Formats: sequence, C-alpha cells, structure tokens
Amino acid sequence: MMGDLYRNQRAMRAMRQTAMQKGVIAVLDVGTSKITCLILVLDENMEAASDEGIGNLAGQEKFRVIGAATTRSRGVEFGETTVLRETERAIRTVVQAAQKMAQCRVDHVMACASGGRPRSYGLAGQVHVEREVVTESDVAHVLASCDIPDYGADREILHAQPVNFVLDHRSGLTDPRNQIGQRLACDMHMLTAERAAIGNLVHCVRRCDLELAGLAMSSYVSGISALVEDEQELGAACIDMGGGTTGISIFLKRHMIYADAVRLGGEHVTHDIAMGFKVPTNVAERIKTFHGGVVATGMDDRDMIEIDREPDNWDGERRAVSRAELIGIMRPRVEEILEAVRERLDAAGFEHLPSRQIVLTGGASQVPGIDSLAARILGQQVRIGHPLRVRGLPQAVTGTAFSSAVGLSLLAAHPQDECWDFELPYDFKAARPLKRAVKWFRANW
Amino acid sequence: MRTMKDPAPSRLEYRMKRLMLRPSMRPFRRYGMPVIALATLAGLWAFDEGRREGALAFVAELRNEIGERPELVVRMMTVEGASPALAASIREALSIEFPVSPFNLRLAELREKVETLDAVAHASLQVRSKGVLVVAVDERVPVAVWRSGGGLELLDKTGYRVATVPSRVSRPDLPLVAGLGADAAIPEALQLYGVARPIRDRLRGFIRVGERRWDVVLDRGQTIKLPEMQAVTAFEKVVELDVAQDLLERDISVVDFRNSQRPVLRLGQTAIGTFHDG
Repeated sequence: MMGDLYRNQRAMRAMRQTAMQKGVIAVLDVGTSKITCLILVLDENMEAASDEGIGNLAGQEKFRVIGAATTRSRGVEFGETTVLRETERAIRTVVQAAQKMAQCRVDHVMACASGGRPRSYGLAGQVHVEREVVTESDVAHVLASCDIPDYGADREILHAQPVNFVLDHRSGLTDPRNQIGQRLACDMHMLTAERAAIGNLVHCVRRCDLELAGLAMSSYVSGISALVEDEQELGAACIDMGGGTTGISIFLKRHMIYADAVRLGGEHVTHDIAMGFKVPTNVAERIKTFHGGVVATGMDDRDMIEIDREPDNWDGERRAVSRAELIGIMRPRVEEILEAVRERLDAAGFEHLPSRQIVLTGGASQVPGIDSLAARILGQQVRIGHPLRVRGLPQAVTGTAFSSAVGLSLLAAHPQDECWDFELPYDFKAARPLKRAVKWFRANW
Repeated sequence: MRTMKDPAPSRLEYRMKRLMLRPSMRPFRRYGMPVIALATLAGLWAFDEGRREGALAFVAELRNEIGERPELVVRMMTVEGASPALAASIREALSIEFPVSPFNLRLAELREKVETLDAVAHASLQVRSKGVLVVAVDERVPVAVWRSGGGLELLDKTGYRVATVPSRVSRPDLPLVAGLGADAAIPEALQLYGVARPIRDRLRGFIRVGERRWDVVLDRGQTIKLPEMQAVTAFEKVVELDVAQDLLERDISVVDFRNSQRPVLRLGQTAIGTFHDG
C-alpha cells in the first residue's frame, strides 16, 4: 500500500519538477460553487517588489500570477465531483480563460479538493541513528518506521508530512540532518481522503490534457495563505467556509497538525433562503450576497428587500421581505455550521493549543457580522482572513473566497516536505514484517 | 426559460486553442496566418479569368505611360571609347529607333550584341539622365596584319581578329604575318618584330610554318628560318651578325637557324657563281 502511494506521489513530484523547469504551472481550486484557475510563472531569481506592498516573508516573491479565471462550478457537490463530464467542462472553461489571459499554454496543474471526508492521523516513529550524525537515510528510515494505521481500503493518503523530529529528548526539531544523536523519533501528520473523490478529480484533470503536478487539501492550502506566520507558529485554526463544505485546518509550529471538514456550507444557506422565501436559487443567492447578514438590529425590520426581480415573472406580483426575516433564515444555518466546526475543534483538542486564534476565510465568511457570531460560538480570538498578497494577482481574485487558490500557488512555489520526498529505504519492505514478528513474539511469549 | 449555450468550450475547441498557444506556433500565428489569408483572398479574386486579364492589361498600360514620360524616355545614343568607324558599326548593329521607352531597352541583350563585334573587347551600356544611352566600349587595337586564305585581317595583341582590310597598303605601319596558325602565335611575332628593328626597312613579314616555327622574310627573297624554341634568341643572333658583319647584305638566300648548334647559310645564285669562278 505504501509503495503504491510512493509511486503516485513521486510521479506528481517529478511532474512538478518538470513544471519548475518550464517555469509555468497552473493551480486549480475545484470547489462546490466555483472553480478558480491561476497560472503562475515560477522564477527563482525574481527580485522582491516592495512597491506593491508585497514582502518576501512567506516566499511569495518567487512567482507571479499571469492568468486568473473563475467560473461557476458544475457537477460538484460537497466538494466532490459527482458528474464527471460537467466538472470536466467547467475545468476546460476556466483553464481556457486563464490561458487566454496569460497568453501562455499550461501543461502542469496542481489541484486541491475540499471534499472527500478528510481524516487526519498523527503518527509516530522512531529509529536508532546508524552513524553518529543523522543522515537523510535516517530521516527516511524514521518516516518509514511510522506505524501507519488501517485507514481503509477506499481511502487515499493526500498528505503525510513530518511535523516534528525528536533527537535524544530534544524535541521540536524541524531539520535533524547532520545533528548528533542516537535515537531519532518523528511525528507525522497524515491526511486521508476518499479515493473516489480524489480519483474523480484526477480523472477530470487528465481529461483536459493536463498533467497533475500535485494534490492538496483545500483547507490546508487556505490555512497557508490566510494565516499569518505568527498564527501558524503559535497555533491557529483556519475555517475555510466554502460553498458545500467548511474545511478546518489547525496549524502549529508552521505545520498542519489536524484537518477536517464539515459537509455544510454557503449553498445550504442559499437553499434555506430559496425554500423560506419560495424563490429560485439564483435569486436567493443574489439576495444573500447583497442583503445577507447574521446579526439583526431594529433597523433591519424596516429594511425591505424586493424579491421576484427576475424577468420571467409576468404575473406582476411584487414581493418584499424585511432584512430581519432574511437574517432570521440565515442565522440558524450559519450557527449550525459554526457549531459543527466547534464540535470538530473540540474533538481535535483545539483548546490545548497555546494560542487559540481562529481565522475565518472562504466565500461564506463574507457574511456581515459572522465574526461576532463566530466569536460567541468558537472563542474570543476570531478574525476574517484574507489571502496573502501575491504578485500579479488581479484585484477580483483577492477576496476571501480565493484563499485556497492563493494558498495552493504558495504551496506550488514552496512545497512542504512530504514523506515521499525521501527515498524509501531499501530494507523497508523486507525488514518490517520481520520486525513485527519479533515484536509479536516478545509481547506474547 | 431562455436556453443558453453551454459556456464551456468543446473538447476540440479547447485542444485547438491550446495548440495555438504552443510556443512553436507563435511564428505561424504571426506570419503564417496573415500570409495564408492574403493568399486566399488574392486567389479568390484572381479566380475569374476576365479580372486577371484586366489586371494584366492595367499593368501594361501603366508601364507604357510611365515609359513615355518625357523625363524617362531615351532620345539619343553616344558611343565612348571607339573610333568613328567602330562607332558607326555599333550604331548599325544596335539599330535602335529613338525615342524609345527605357522599359523596352534590354541593356544586357544590347551589350551582348555590341560585344559580338570583333573590334569590341568589352562594352558597358548605361541610360543616363536627359535620356542618353551611353555605350562605353574598349576597342581592340590592331597590332598585326595577317594574310590568310580568306584575305587580309587585322589582329590584336592576343591574336583576336579585329577587322578585315582590303589591302596591305591600308595599314603599312603594322607587321605582316602569314601562314596557318599565325594568329595563335602573335605575341611571339611581336617580340620578333621588336628584335627586327635594325632591319625593319628590309622586312617583308613573318611566315608561320607548320604551326610551330617562324620564317622571317626579307626583300630580295631572303629568308631566315628560326627554330621552334627560343626563336627570339636565335633571331637576335642573326640581327647581331647583320649589324656586325652585314650578313644579310651579302648574296645569301636562306639563313637556316633551325638548329642553332649548326646554322646553315644558302648562297644566292650570283654568289654561287662567284664562288665557283673564284
């Protein structure tokens, strides 16, 4: 099982290397309500541009966005592709538009998915260092020695990142290479998702003549772009409120240590409005984006919203609802989402983190007043996180709804070490069953 | 409900767009497609034969109009670097009727025509301002008269024929050569002529014998036979002998220097008689 994963992921890494040589890579965020494609030019020698207010803190100086396009998503529910042909068409639309803007053809694409019921595991492993200093093969050994749980045959490993190394009681090492010690242990964070969801996305991308250069979880990449460095260092949760799912990722010491997703999102709010006011979904979506809110005031009782503005309405009926009614429909659903997030955070032990910052991002976090509502449900330190500024990004793509696309481009320029970046040790396959047998004998006899 | 077209590009369209965005397609997009488009338009326009002929006629008319403009028309011809006789023959050879349009003058053809004249070594033609056609020629200079089977011909220093003369009297200043293949050995004949300066008043001419050696013929029937090789040296010896000892003044009919190791004299009739009487 491990070998197969190694092959797939290493093939994607090789694709990313090829893309780096070509200098052009696309990132594709396939969400429930929209699909975004950014085309990046990667250049290691690009000088830092201080005029645009873009620093070189998070390494965003290494690339430039030359093409950006967004289109309505099709055939995606809860972040998972359900109608492959429709999703393929949507990807074609967005890739073609981005290529047209970039005047450049892309062959390699990094994609992120928000669905697939992500599940995260913390793994630990330890080995004795072969020589007195830690070498790369020791790191590979310790990563391979992590005891991988039985995560289910229908699931696929999306991320497996070493988050911490321990060398002889010295913990918190990020890079143990060339250090002196005898016992090397590591903590690894593994994220799995449903194989069907991932496979469908991969299939759609392949059908568009694109080579996949990497796959990421969208809650993880939104955390990369929406959290500032201190938050990533001290501990924070990024709540990516998307259309069909709400992703949760917890960062500590600049590593993702937990990720989860709630299968509720902004489209549920839209459906509630559509059902409550008996209007079509597109009208409900417009009312939500123009007049929505979650905190009602006395003023809102008098603020009447015209609905039924669509041109097909020939019977002349004109209806108006007050904004308070709209808030009355929206608020319970948003509360439900945030409470579901709260449950997941509690289950993950979020309250034990040194800093309990919560950052809301994603399209659904644009509802006015959601930060005060979230502060009541999730904790005091809540803010709305806009994605990091990157060079060449059009103004239209800088909103919170695009934090996962921006984060994915940051990840494309600076990939996180995954366990498959290290060579699989030669004795891995032979040694492990033997070791297990010895362990079992010792334990039982 | 209004039915909307699917905004997604079809698979074919998507692939074509991507093909067009390939870096190698950039020159094609920039040059190839406009050229193809223009060629297609031109081809469609010229598909009709009448239009094609009309265009050709228009071009011909335009050409005529331009050629007949007073600024451009050629009215006269001057010949430079040629004697009056040669100039007359060049005019006759070209036989251009002025005024003429410069488009109708094919200068390369005219030049070839001028150069076919034997007296012309090299010619260049130019249309200069004020409508003058200038023919600049390098004339061949005759250096010898060659009496061949056909008659008397003038040869230049390379042995090339320049002109025919009616009689020897018309060019008494030039040496006379005779015999088959004499024209090919004109440089040697000229050297011999230079050596013969002291006896030039007696010199009648040079005869090429068997296309290999020279006989020098003087008046009173005297002949000097020269060898194939180093004929000039041998002739110098004969002339020196004449200067020193009046060799040729004596009654000698043939000085045979064909073998320079063993020169032979043949006496004239009187001398033989005197010899026998004495």
